[in-house]
Amino acid sequence: MNYEPNEQGYWGEYGGRFVPETLVAPLDELTSGYFAVRDDPGFHAEFQDLLQNYVGRPSPLYYAKRLSETLGGAKIYLKREDLNHTGAHKINNCIGQILLARRMGKKRIIAETGAGQHGVATATVCALFGLECVVYMGTEDMRRQELNVFRMRLLGAEVRGVDSGSCTLKDAINEALRDWVTNVDTTYYLLGSALGPHPYPLMVRDFQSVIGREARDQIIEKEGRLPDVLVACVGGGSNSIGLFHPFLNDNVRMIGVEAGGRGETLGEHAARFMAAGRVGVLQGTKSYLLQDNDGQIALTHSVSAGLDYASIGPEHAYLHDMNRVEYASANDEDALAAFSTLSETEGIIPALESSHAVAHAIKIAPEMSANDIMIVNLSGRGDKDVNTVQEEFVKRNI
Amino acid sequence: MSRITERIIAAKRRGGAFIPFVSAGDPDMATSLSIVLKLAESGSDVIELGVPFSDPMADGPTIQRSSQRALDNGVTLKDVLDLPAEFRKQRDIPIVLFSYFNPILRFGIDEFATAAAASGVDGVLLTDVIEGEAAAISARFADDGIDLISLVAPTTTDERLAAICRNARGFIYAVSRAGVTGARETTSSAAEELVRRVRRFTDLPIAVGFGISTADQVSDVWKYADAAVVGSAIVAEIEKSVSPDDAVRRVEEFVNGLLPPVAKGVDEN
Repeated sequence: MNYEPNEQGYWGEYGGRFVPETLVAPLDELTSGYFAVRDDPGFHAEFQDLLQNYVGRPSPLYYAKRLSETLGGAKIYLKREDLNHTGAHKINNCIGQILLARRMGKKRIIAETGAGQHGVATATVCALFGLECVVYMGTEDMRRQELNVFRMRLLGAEVRGVDSGSCTLKDAINEALRDWVTNVDTTYYLLGSALGPHPYPLMVRDFQSVIGREARDQIIEKEGRLPDVLVACVGGGSNSIGLFHPFLNDNVRMIGVEAGGRGETLGEHAARFMAAGRVGVLQGTKSYLLQDNDGQIALTHSVSAGLDYASIGPEHAYLHDMNRVEYASANDEDALAAFSTLSETEGIIPALESSHAVAHAIKIAPEMSANDIMIVNLSGRGDKDVNTVQEEFVKRNI
Repeated sequence: MSRITERIIAAKRRGGAFIPFVSAGDPDMATSLSIVLKLAESGSDVIELGVPFSDPMADGPTIQRSSQRALDNGVTLKDVLDLPAEFRKQRDIPIVLFSYFNPILRFGIDEFATAAAASGVDGVLLTDVIEGEAAAISARFADDGIDLISLVAPTTTDERLAAICRNARGFIYAVSRAGVTGARETTSSAAEELVRRVRRFTDLPIAVGFGISTADQVSDVWKYADAAVVGSAIVAEIEKSVSPDDAVRRVEEFVNGLLPPVAKGVDEN
């Protein structure tokens, strides 16, 4: 199977385009712009050059020996996206899209951000190419990720606080879409996850698939075989689809880990595939969606701002229904514990988002044999989360 | 020809049709009914009733806040659907529900079409459902005599205009400019150009909306289009009100200032 969406951007019944009419023409322009470069060697040479020399790719595939031995089961490898320039996988997609925006002649870049990692990565590539940059960020996230707000400003971006709804990622996307619909002629919307209207879920997945392609080569080189299981956290789903996609046709088990938050009641978590998630339409795409009985979008909670989102990328919805990828959740407590465990056993401080993947690895690795190989996507580093974690530890008397 | 189409064409013969928009349930459902009845009395030809939604990405701040006030009051789609039935007991003016797709999808497209028709809804406009997605929904709504109203924008290509107009029903809603809903000082020249382009593809009446808030803008729109939609400016009056009675009074006063005397008092009922 090639796991390509159809021409309208649907994987099965998921995806598509649900946008105001004004955005159809710019989305068509973006789609044809993207398909023009998708197989263009010149574009890819430029992309690869920046990934190698600016981002620092390939990112290492690191054998976490002490963590593996402590857990006493599977051999755990970490795909070190935390070592990328700007500290997370988000930069991969930003490099790809900024090159596209330049080819399309756009001078003004807008983006949304949750944890701030995508905002920082966008501000970074805009600085690199001297483009105007406006980042929308929920005020609750600005509070949680104060350091990233300052980083974006240092990089010359304008950060606009969004004070509606839950004041998080979802609201930042609404505001970015409103900006785009108003400034379609001049503006490129650099969306940060495998979400939104076609072609974003496809394009972001393509740019992030460098993670899985490298990991596949690296594990074959190190172990002479494919891994048994892949684990990655899933907010919108870009780091996970980036890791998973190149393995979809292999006999490899894959687990996406959603944010279990602080409970199973609607509003207390961001686990779209738990019972409360129903298919719906939000922000341009049809997918699983946390919503109430009247079709209003539910508030979500996660200790990690980057996973705190009511919907999930449409390709994940499809892979879920096909039973190709399993989805689990890790709650706030598990993620915080994993944050500490990885810091203490490996000297690696993971992002709170990635800590959810680590938490699930900690849970399942002991049940596996020492011959089993697991790759965990360490999608980002945790420097940005140190303040949050400190507050959470104080609350819990840790 | 549908009731909506007939009504707009008749109004155009007198100058132009007036289509006000209010969010249902702001400040509460009972007041919304009073406001809608007052709008009917004050020269409206079709009334657009907004279904509140948590994530109104096509709306500016005024309608966002209005939608949120309705949600804070616990207003649901089911409550909104009760309003046309009550309204129908007193007035016969067509009602168009203006909604984002998700509340309708959750309600069930079939169930919604049946309930809306039973309540006396004449048309539905789905902000985030575009041509291509719309065909099946439009056909289902048509079975119950409901027009799915199509939006067009200055960015819509001629090729799309042709496709949209081919399946359109009721009237064509032309978005005056690229942007979200909300009052602006001037109507852009893009609107007139868009209406001219749409005319080549359909005989249905054309309404212009987004950013229209003054009497001058309304009469200007009537020069080249069939109907003018005024939303945020009316919603802003409701927002300023201090009581339900004050909301009704403010809306009446505002609309009286918006329409020329000839357009008023023509409700045939």
